[in-house]
Amino acid sequence: MPYLLDKVWILPAIMAGSFLLILFFGKKLLARFGEKATASIGIASIAVCFILSLFIAGQWIQRVNHPPTGADMAAAEEACLGPSEVAAEEMGVEVYAPAEHGEASHGAETEGDHSTEADDGHGTSEPADGEATTSDEHGAAPMATGESAAAATPTAAAAEPAAEEGHEEVIPVCASMTWFESDHIDFEVGTVLDGLSAMMLFTVTMISLLVHLYSLEYLHKDVRFTHYYAFLSLFSASMLFYVLSSNTLQMLVGWELVGVCSFGLIGHWWEQRANTDAALKAFLTNRVGDTGLIIGVVVLFFATGAASFNVFFQNQQALSGELNTTLLLIAALALFWGVTSKSGQFPLHTWLPDAMAGPTPVSALIHAATMVVAGVYLIARMYGVFWGGLEIGDSSIHYVAFIGGFTTIIGGILAFVQQDLKKVLAYSTISQLGYMVMALGVGAWTAGVFHLFTHAFFKACLFLGAGSVSHACHHTFDMREMGGLRKYMPSTHKTFLIATIALAGIFPFAGFWSKDEILAGAANGQGDKAYTLMLVMGLITAFMTAAYMGRAYYKTFRGEYRGHGTPHESPKIITIPLWILAVFATVIGLVNFPGHIIGAVDDAGLAHRFEHYVQPTFAFPTDLEVAPFMYWLAGLSLVLAGFGLAIGIGYFAKGEPLKGMTERNPLARIGYVFLEKKYYLDALYESGIRDTVVMPLARAAYWFNMKVLDGIVNGLGVAARKFGTVLYRYVDQGVVDGAVNGTGLVSEESGQFLRRLQTGKVQQYGALLFGAAVILAAIFVLTNAINA
Amino acid sequence: MDFTSGQFWTSPITYMVFVPVVGALVMLLVPKANETAHKVLALVTSLVTAAIGISILTAFNYDSAGELQGVVDTDWIPFINANWIVGVDGISLPMIALTLLIVPLCVVYSWDHIPSPGNAKAFLILILVLDTGMLGSFVAQDLILFFVFFEVVLLPMYFMIGVWGGENRQYASIKFFLYTLFGSALMIVAFISLYFLSGAETFSMIELPGLAQSITHGWQLVIFGGMLIGFGIKVPMFPVHTWLPDAHTQAPTVGSVILAAVLLKLGTYGFIRIAIPILPEAARSYQWLIGLLAVIGIIYGALCCLAQTDMKRLIAFSSVAHMGYVMLAIATLTTFGINAAIFGMVAHGLITGMLFFVAGSTKERYHTLEIKRLGGLLKQAPRMGWILGLATMASLGLPGLAGFWGEFPAILSAYDPTNADYSTGFFGVSNLVLFRVFMVVAAIGTVFAAGYLLFLFQRVAFGVPSEEFEHEPIPDVNRFEWIAWVPMLVLIVVLGVYPNLIFSVTDSTVAPMMQLAAGG
Repeated sequence: MPYLLDKVWILPAIMAGSFLLILFFGKKLLARFGEKATASIGIASIAVCFILSLFIAGQWIQRVNHPPTGADMAAAEEACLGPSEVAAEEMGVEVYAPAEHGEASHGAETEGDHSTEADDGHGTSEPADGEATTSDEHGAAPMATGESAAAATPTAAAAEPAAEEGHEEVIPVCASMTWFESDHIDFEVGTVLDGLSAMMLFTVTMISLLVHLYSLEYLHKDVRFTHYYAFLSLFSASMLFYVLSSNTLQMLVGWELVGVCSFGLIGHWWEQRANTDAALKAFLTNRVGDTGLIIGVVVLFFATGAASFNVFFQNQQALSGELNTTLLLIAALALFWGVTSKSGQFPLHTWLPDAMAGPTPVSALIHAATMVVAGVYLIARMYGVFWGGLEIGDSSIHYVAFIGGFTTIIGGILAFVQQDLKKVLAYSTISQLGYMVMALGVGAWTAGVFHLFTHAFFKACLFLGAGSVSHACHHTFDMREMGGLRKYMPSTHKTFLIATIALAGIFPFAGFWSKDEILAGAANGQGDKAYTLMLVMGLITAFMTAAYMGRAYYKTFRGEYRGHGTPHESPKIITIPLWILAVFATVIGLVNFPGHIIGAVDDAGLAHRFEHYVQPTFAFPTDLEVAPFMYWLAGLSLVLAGFGLAIGIGYFAKGEPLKGMTERNPLARIGYVFLEKKYYLDALYESGIRDTVVMPLARAAYWFNMKVLDGIVNGLGVAARKFGTVLYRYVDQGVVDGAVNGTGLVSEESGQFLRRLQTGKVQQYGALLFGAAVILAAIFVLTNAINA
Repeated sequence: MDFTSGQFWTSPITYMVFVPVVGALVMLLVPKANETAHKVLALVTSLVTAAIGISILTAFNYDSAGELQGVVDTDWIPFINANWIVGVDGISLPMIALTLLIVPLCVVYSWDHIPSPGNAKAFLILILVLDTGMLGSFVAQDLILFFVFFEVVLLPMYFMIGVWGGENRQYASIKFFLYTLFGSALMIVAFISLYFLSGAETFSMIELPGLAQSITHGWQLVIFGGMLIGFGIKVPMFPVHTWLPDAHTQAPTVGSVILAAVLLKLGTYGFIRIAIPILPEAARSYQWLIGLLAVIGIIYGALCCLAQTDMKRLIAFSSVAHMGYVMLAIATLTTFGINAAIFGMVAHGLITGMLFFVAGSTKERYHTLEIKRLGGLLKQAPRMGWILGLATMASLGLPGLAGFWGEFPAILSAYDPTNADYSTGFFGVSNLVLFRVFMVVAAIGTVFAAGYLLFLFQRVAFGVPSEEFEHEPIPDVNRFEWIAWVPMLVLIVVLGVYPNLIFSVTDSTVAPMMQLAAGG
């Protein structure tokens, strides 16, 4: 039995607890027992989470090997789909449901809810056991009927055909409780544990643990050590909450919470304006994307029957083929706009390089391995919606696949012109995120998710390696002040090299396997159409990735040291995480080893384990094709990568033969400036949109407020007073006097009147009220007359 | 009122409403010089009020939150058939709870923050009178009774701004007073018209929803129009919002907090409680206009925020934007929408109230709120800086904090308004299309909100203190501030994590009400 799988909420809860502990006691602990005491709260918590996630992964593997059947399976399915169908029908919305589901109970429910008294009168209800409890309370009705439907359908649900490739349908483990209710619909908060989320738990907790340890040294004696560890815990909690979400609304919550942690950590050294600017940019750019996410969540909610945000329910609806395809497309594209910002896709990727202003371990954890893949995870999680909305299975190009491919290229190109090591890695991350998005876009689900998995390890290794280098070189990331570090930092050098090769995609390191699957996915396509353009873009990027990484590697570790002082190797607390990650970068690709290259044609034994355990079989496109391993493609990409690496290294080893070309050749200069200005996107957003559209609009709005609207108000006041003065002069009468003063107060002399009022001349105020009363009386009479 | 009515004397609602005034009367007898006595008296009074209120909230039967509970109905002014009708249901309950919470906190905050020119006695008495007015407005089920309490609120706030306000207090207070009085005049006319035109000759809010249907559509439109302006001023809705920035900026801290937390809600509450249930048909005709003004308010308020140089004025304008979300939700005339609106009202009350508290304390320490001169609050008073951070994050609608549950459901509800096929006066576009455009605009509004709030936070809290304050000792959050702020901060987080605390209460009242409103 899945004794842990339905209690996975414990993980984010532990990290949230850790956050609160550090928040309230961290400073005191630090003052009394030193930094380690504070950090140990976070480290212990994340270590526990890591161990738990190992257990969880093991249990999930057990579950896939021995999936529950019969009543257990039906119960699991009901738990995962939530009370949504029932609620939807209550709203009178036509909702697709697998035919086997107990229609009768739904019909009965609909009636039962509206006419509470006449409930027992109609006998259409087959599963009468649940019905008896439903009618008293509106709120409880959907839940109770959900249970009765579950009881009614075991045999039917179990009879559903098993999914493709001989996988049996394995239902995720879901748990939920009511979050809030509105319009008699129960909206739930819950957890989902399947291969995808188990994989994410493992990745997030492992890298977070390593980063927690690494930061002990890296943030040693930092001004805000406590603050840093508190945010790390909060981030881990939010990220775990996000990946375990059972519905899109909950994902939106986790999504923004990781965003705010990112904001806080980018702005960690907030004394400098540049850092806070970067933090603001990250948050605001993500907010721009969030509008898409919000709209996508809303549209999807209504498109699937206005009943539930549940991810499986929505995927199932989207795959049913009975929804309005235009709405589904809008929903998918809107969601993708959110992905665009969070996962650094063109044109909203501009925040990610700036986010490097934060401490380097944060860059490794948040801006490379975990948070930025939240968007990729969203596509993977809501794959039914993207599959249905974009018709991935029946296309050779669409927006998501194209943007993914385009992003890989524009990110890769910019990585060439960076002098800052971290920025090279940042643009590389953008490029690799594009790869993942492209993979999901071409239908290569497992390839995309697998790349997310492998990338997390080698990119974290690279970032932490860069941090180690900077630790040694007086906190600079400028590669012009590095060089020759191979001699001084053997461990950092070796691990960085391994990760570089893994990222470049050289056999048999991790990146090779996942990259190759993506390319194969694009070449194979879905149905009879290949995603040829994406294949070409992917191959170009394979070459570029190797080349810019070769450049970065050479400039940092080869040649002669160009900085000042003597660099030194970092202590063990830094190098051990590097080695762990390097080992992963070496071997982790084998978890999805394509069996038939050594002759084992079927999926038995050790082949395609990642796919077997991670790719969903529930509420997932059944006609999705998984591309076979292609020798020619693997060979081609390997040649391209090797060539790229050789050029990247060789160019600098030969003393940069083309150096100065940008000065000599105007065309080259234009190109270089274009790249240096990052395609002028920042200029467009900052000067083009913010400074020339939004801020002038803001000033105009405020001018309108002060001059026009308030002008009218003040003008009315002055006019009333003038009118009053005239009236007073010619119609000298007590009552009118009071009223006039009252309405004329806004003029310059009003202060005097007010002072009199406030110093006790209440009679005038009384007169004012009396005047108002007279007007009211007149209106009374008037309305009476109208009525008569 | 009929003082012989046992019903009146045994109802806890009576005591909840009038205890503050009694407390204020007692305070009148105590000499002005004894400030501590006044503070203690005011605190005790507000706490007793809160205790009575809590007893009402605990006695409330949440399983039938849809019904009006604890109803008292006795003669009051028989001459015009105005009765003392009070009661509590799922709509008024959150507002009452909010008022019961805010007032004692304001009294605590005032302990060492009596604004210049002093006079704790008068200041605290005004707060207590406000308490009665606000609570009375939220329990009243008779239009005249509501109107009277609504007006009771007006005067203390007027004096609060006019006497204890900032430099430009006289202009601001008069503007506040006249604007609101203008709205009140339209409101009372609308009420009186209902009285006569419905032919029922009653002011009972319980009976009128059924009876007002006999009014001709044309007159319904006129009456609703009056309420629209009357309540709209109080909300405030664009373009009748211009009293708000001045009143907020000039009011003393506690005044701003009460204004933002409770007074603005009287307007939206009026829509939900009075205008829409009584005149649903007219509401459907005005639906698109309210929605339009709401989204204009969202964008316009945000743009004005971006142009501000003063912290308090920026927060004031942000109210225009945030109340825009509430009005948009109301305009959808759906259960989703009204639930979202009520949540948004409570959330805005807590969050903007909190922001004004911090702004007040910042002003007290730096003697300026000019954003340009501030900076490095996190360095000088880190706790206050982080509290500001939490409040700004909540205000920009960060999920997990209360603001999100007003904002997101409002956007959600705009996708599918009631009366979707209705062809509006707006180039004949259907409600459905129009509100979907509103939805997108409202979603874009969240970007602006993040823009101005983070700008504020960056300039005020991040960075290093400017030269003029570099060596000035800036004390961090003090005892009274902690007591006043912690409950609000906790609620902002708790409501954000578990929104059902409010939704479950409002939903059962709103759902049947909107079914009626949508059905007619």
